[in-house]
Amino acid sequence: MRRSYLNRTKLPTVLIHVGLAIGLVFAVFPILWMFFASLKSNTEIFTLPPQLLPKQFTFVAYLAIFHDSTKLRFFFNSYLVAGAVSVLTVLIGIPAAYAFSRFSFRFKNALNVFIISTQTVPPITLLIPYFGMVVTFGIFNTYFALILTYLVFTLPYAILLLTGYLNTLPRELDEAVLVDGGTSWSALWRVIVPLSVPGVVATAVYTFLLAWNEFLFALTLTKSDDMRTVPIGIELLMGQHAFEWNQMMAMSVLGSLPLLLIYLFAQRYFLAGMTAGSVKA
Amino acid sequence: MSLAQEHPIGRPTRIGGLLSYQAKMRLLPFAYVAPAIALFVILMLYPMLAVLRYSLLDRAITKRDAAFVGLDNYQTTFSDPVFWQAIGHTLYFTVISVVFHLALGLGFALMLNSDRVNPTLRNILRVLYILPWLFTVVIIAIIWRLLLDPEGVVNAVLMSLHIVDYKVEWFSSSSTALHAVTFVNIWAGYPLYMVSLLAGLQGIPRDLYEAASIDGANGWQKFYHVTIPQLAPIMISVALLDFIWTMQVFALVWMTTGGGPIYATEMLSTYTYKLAFSRYQFSQASASAVIILILSMSMTYFYIKHQKAR
Repeated sequence: MRRSYLNRTKLPTVLIHVGLAIGLVFAVFPILWMFFASLKSNTEIFTLPPQLLPKQFTFVAYLAIFHDSTKLRFFFNSYLVAGAVSVLTVLIGIPAAYAFSRFSFRFKNALNVFIISTQTVPPITLLIPYFGMVVTFGIFNTYFALILTYLVFTLPYAILLLTGYLNTLPRELDEAVLVDGGTSWSALWRVIVPLSVPGVVATAVYTFLLAWNEFLFALTLTKSDDMRTVPIGIELLMGQHAFEWNQMMAMSVLGSLPLLLIYLFAQRYFLAGMTAGSVKA
Repeated sequence: MSLAQEHPIGRPTRIGGLLSYQAKMRLLPFAYVAPAIALFVILMLYPMLAVLRYSLLDRAITKRDAAFVGLDNYQTTFSDPVFWQAIGHTLYFTVISVVFHLALGLGFALMLNSDRVNPTLRNILRVLYILPWLFTVVIIAIIWRLLLDPEGVVNAVLMSLHIVDYKVEWFSSSSTALHAVTFVNIWAGYPLYMVSLLAGLQGIPRDLYEAASIDGANGWQKFYHVTIPQLAPIMISVALLDFIWTMQVFALVWMTTGGGPIYATEMLSTYTYKLAFSRYQFSQASASAVIILILSMSMTYFYIKHQKAR
């Protein structure tokens, strides 16, 4: 009697906790390993038997990065490009989302389908003509080349996310402005945008992350060290000093910092962006 | 449009008096979308036409007056055994990734949604389980290069458990490289499913479960007849999107194996990239890029169809 009771109620509970514990190790161990490796000396990283925690905490890897202007430049470039992309994306995305949310117009449906499908265009397909275009226009190896090409994959997201958000705001808000003799343009910027701050922040945050993470275009459309972003910087480090694992881990920790901070302090914005891709058509 | 018709005053304004008020109202939404459309035309439509054109030329980009060669580049691509290997690897990588992403994402979502777990613990675990999603692909690649290094911690643990008896070179042996890369991608990608399915689970009306209980359904039957059908639309749309994105993998492979050893992990994207930017055969690379585009777009067709039906 007792035993069957146990089977029926305790066993699943135990199994779920065991499953969650295994899942936790799977999810978090690699990240902890990276973090603590960045605080080890290079010789300690491969000691046997392996130790997660450093025997001696050291910041040599971080200091080496902070004293290296080339590496600091990678961070500066990433912040600059990602910041510019997220500002421009929001500025171009807001009016477009407003049109989708508030007006019905010819080709609206086709345009909507087009925007959703642009999310799935393979970057490698665009890269070859981009390379040709960027060289032709003389913007190879510039911030402008990266900012411009990043817009193509951040804008579809932004429009989808913002349209979804604007749809939640009542139309009476714009109508009040129009009745008072204002234009829809002023209704958008004076009334709708101030009320859409959460949606705009979510969009800006997610756009920033997309740009921060981009690899393929940055690899191909820039060339000199002073134009490289963090992901490419890490790739270069990997090739040049393949044995300085502690420095590469420190670069990785620093390179993940903006994402981690946004996640910790603005979780709901982050999650909104994360699931925006699979919205209804 | 309803806004325009409700607007009380229909007289033309001073500026731009040539157009009637009605015509202006019809053009207004286009003014709002114009900057976005302009960008899409320059950065999406034009490049797609350009890559299509390149693929029909002999030595595009590198030669000024490249000659039209019809489908020659496609023929060359289709007769390249490495291309077919790349197709096979991409398919394996994508299918295995999507299946495990779905299984792990659903499993974790169900466990994290279970009443049997303390709510505070659940909330903490939810935050921690999403962590792999936060990391840039390049960083994921080098974390796993450290972990899966022959001298690394994974081998040390597996050897001490006597699961393997030598230092496996996960990324540089042709028998393990493809599996290793796929494994890393599974680790990096499940949180998207987990987050989407957790949201989906919380949206299932309680009465459905109550009705099932009244009908005498057990836990498994409730899962099979209530939970799964309710989550199916989310699972399908996330899986389709994931399939399309995973098919386009580049950075992870580039940073772990570079497509090697030899061609053991060559994917469609790395194959195309090398053609273009290591061998400067832009025309043949364009043919391959167009093939990838067609594959992606045919999956996108199903995705859009599914999204519309939702």
